Amino acid sequence: MASSLIIGQYVPADSVVHKLDPRTKIMMIFTFVIIVFFANNAYSYLWLTVFSLSAAALTKVKPRFLLKGLKPVWFLIVFTFLLHLFVTREGDVLTTLLGFPVYSGALIQGFQISLRFFLLILVTSLLTLTTTPIEITDAIETLLHPLKKIKFPVHELALMMSISLRFIPTLMQETEKISKAQASRGVDFKTGPLKERIQAVVPLLVPLFVSAFKRAEELAMAMEARGYRGGEGRTRLRELEIVARDYVAIGLFLVVMVGLFYLRT
Amino acid sequence: MTLNQVIFDNVSFRYAEDQPWVLKNVSFSIKQDEWVAILGHNGSGKSTIAKLMNGLLFPDEGAIYVHGMEVTPETVWDVREKVGMVFQNPDNQFVGTTVRDDVAFGLENRGIDRRIMLNRIEDSLTSVRMSDYLFHEPHRLSGGQKQRVAIAGVLAIQPELIILDEATAMLDPRGRKDIMMTVNDLREETKVNLVSITHDLNEIVGADRVIVMNEGEIWLETVPRELFKQEEALRQIGLDVPFTAKVTNRLKDIMDFDQQPLTQKELLDQLWTFHSKK
Ligand SMILES: Nc1ncnc2c1ncn2[C@@H]1O[C@H](COP(=O)(O)OP(=O)(O)OP(=O)(O)O)[C@@H](O)[C@H]1O
Ligand SMILES: [Mg+2]
Repeated sequence: MASSLIIGQYVPADSVVHKLDPRTKIMMIFTFVIIVFFANNAYSYLWLTVFSLSAAALTKVKPRFLLKGLKPVWFLIVFTFLLHLFVTREGDVLTTLLGFPVYSGALIQGFQISLRFFLLILVTSLLTLTTTPIEITDAIETLLHPLKKIKFPVHELALMMSISLRFIPTLMQETEKISKAQASRGVDFKTGPLKERIQAVVPLLVPLFVSAFKRAEELAMAMEARGYRGGEGRTRLRELEIVARDYVAIGLFLVVMVGLFYLRT
Repeated sequence: MTLNQVIFDNVSFRYAEDQPWVLKNVSFSIKQDEWVAILGHNGSGKSTIAKLMNGLLFPDEGAIYVHGMEVTPETVWDVREKVGMVFQNPDNQFVGTTVRDDVAFGLENRGIDRRIMLNRIEDSLTSVRMSDYLFHEPHRLSGGQKQRVAIAGVLAIQPELIILDEATAMLDPRGRKDIMMTVNDLREETKVNLVSITHDLNEIVGADRVIVMNEGEIWLETVPRELFKQEEALRQIGLDVPFTAKVTNRLKDIMDFDQQPLTQKELLDQLWTFHSKK
C-alpha cells in the first residue's frame, strides 16, 4: 500500500514521454491548459483530441491506468454535459427530455465543454503518470529559480517537498502500526456514528504527531551533522538536461499550437 | 608521529543553566588511527560527547580539539568536514528519496563536483555492500541496510573521524552483526579514526581502547581485555559483559588463563590447549 502511494500515480514505462525532461513536460502541459480554451469549433476540438490521444498513446501507459486517473472526474464531466444540455437555449429544439426542451446548441455546447474538461484532465494526468514526484520537485526548483531574486525560498521549498516525499511512506507505515495498536486496545475506527469515528482518530493522531516531531528534530540534527547549511554553494547529484528529444517535443507542440490557431474561427 | 586527533580538555556540559551537569570534567584524547569505544548506561552522557565532537553542541567549560582545531561556532563547518557521524535511528537520518540520493547528500552540501560525486557514491556503497540498491527507496530497506547506507554517506565525504552513536541499537541481531562486520572491514581497509558508542559490550571487542562513562564522568579508561575481567564492577553501573567473558570469569576459579579471551574462538582455543600446557 505504502509503495503505491509514494509514487502516487506514477506508472513506470520505457517511453519517450517518460524520458522527456520534466521541465519540458510541465511547460507543455501548462501551455496546453491555456490553449484548450481557444478551441471553438469542431475542427479545433478534433485537432486537440488527436493530439491528446496521441500523447497518451506515446506514454505506453495502459489505458486502464489512464482511466483510473479519470475515474473521480467522470461524474463531473457527465454532470457538466447534462447541465449545459438543459440550461442552454440556442439553436433549434430537437426533442424534449423529461419535459425539458433540448436545443441543438445545447447539445453542441455541452459536448464541447465536457470534451474540454476531459482533455484537460487527461493531459494533466499524463504528467504525474510519466514523471516521478522527485523529478517534478527538481523541475519546480529549476523553473522557479528566477524567483530567488525576490528572496523566494526556492531551494528550501524543493527540499521540503523532497523530504515530504521521503517521509510519506514512513509515516504511512507508522500510522498503520499505531492504528493496529489502538485497535487492539478496542478503539473502533470503522463503525459507529461519524462523531465517534472522528473521536477515535484522536488517539491515532496524537502519537503520530509526537513521533513526527521527534523525527523532524533528529533529522534536522543529522542533516546539520552531514554539513547541510542551506542552498548556498551546494552542488546537485540529480541534474536536469534538455536534450534533442526535448527540442523535438517542443517543436511538435508548437505545430499543434499553430494548427489550433489556424483551425479555430 | 602519533598525533592526538581528538582532545577533550576538562569538558563540562549541561543542556541548560537550571539543569544538572551532563558531563563533568571529562578529559581524554584519541590518537591517530585509533578505535575508541565509549561505553555507558542510558543517560550517562555518551551521545552528548558525540555531539560535542562535531559541534552540534559546545562545551560550557573546557575545550575540545578535533584534528588540531578547537571546536567553536566559528570552526564548526571545518570540523564537520572531517567528522562523519552515524546516529541511532536508521529512519531519522535518511534524507534522500533513494539510496543514491542519500549518500549524495553530504557531498552536495560540500559542493563537490557531480562526476566525483558519482564515483564516491559508487565506492562507498561498494564498501558497505549496498551497491545493488542504488535506486531503492528507504522504505524498501531493512534497518541494517539503512544504517549501512548511512555509513556509506559518511565514508563518501572521506572523513578523518567517524563517530557511530549506537548505530546498532535499533537493529535485530543480524543487522547488528552486519554493521559490526562492516565496521571491522572498514578498520582494515582505511586508516580512519573511529569512535563507537554503545552499551553493548559485544561491540567493543575490536576497539583499541574503551572509555566507560558513568553519570557524566569517566569511570574507567582501559582496553577491552582488561574490561572483561571487571564483571562485578560493570554490573554495578548497569552493564553486562558478554557470555564469553562470563564463562571465562567463572572458570578462573579452576584454571589459569594466559590472557582474558575476547572472542568465543579465543576462549575455545585456550580451553582445548589447556590440558596440553599443563
Ligand atoms: N536535548 C536535551 N535537553 C535536555 N537534556 C538532555 C537532552 N539530551 C539529553 N539530555 C540529558 O542528558 C543526559 C545524557 O544524555 P545522553 O543522550 O548524552 O545519554 P546517552 O549516554 O547517550 O544515553 P543513551 O544510552 O540513552 O543514548 C541524560 O540525563 C538526558 O536526560
Ligand atoms: Mg545516546
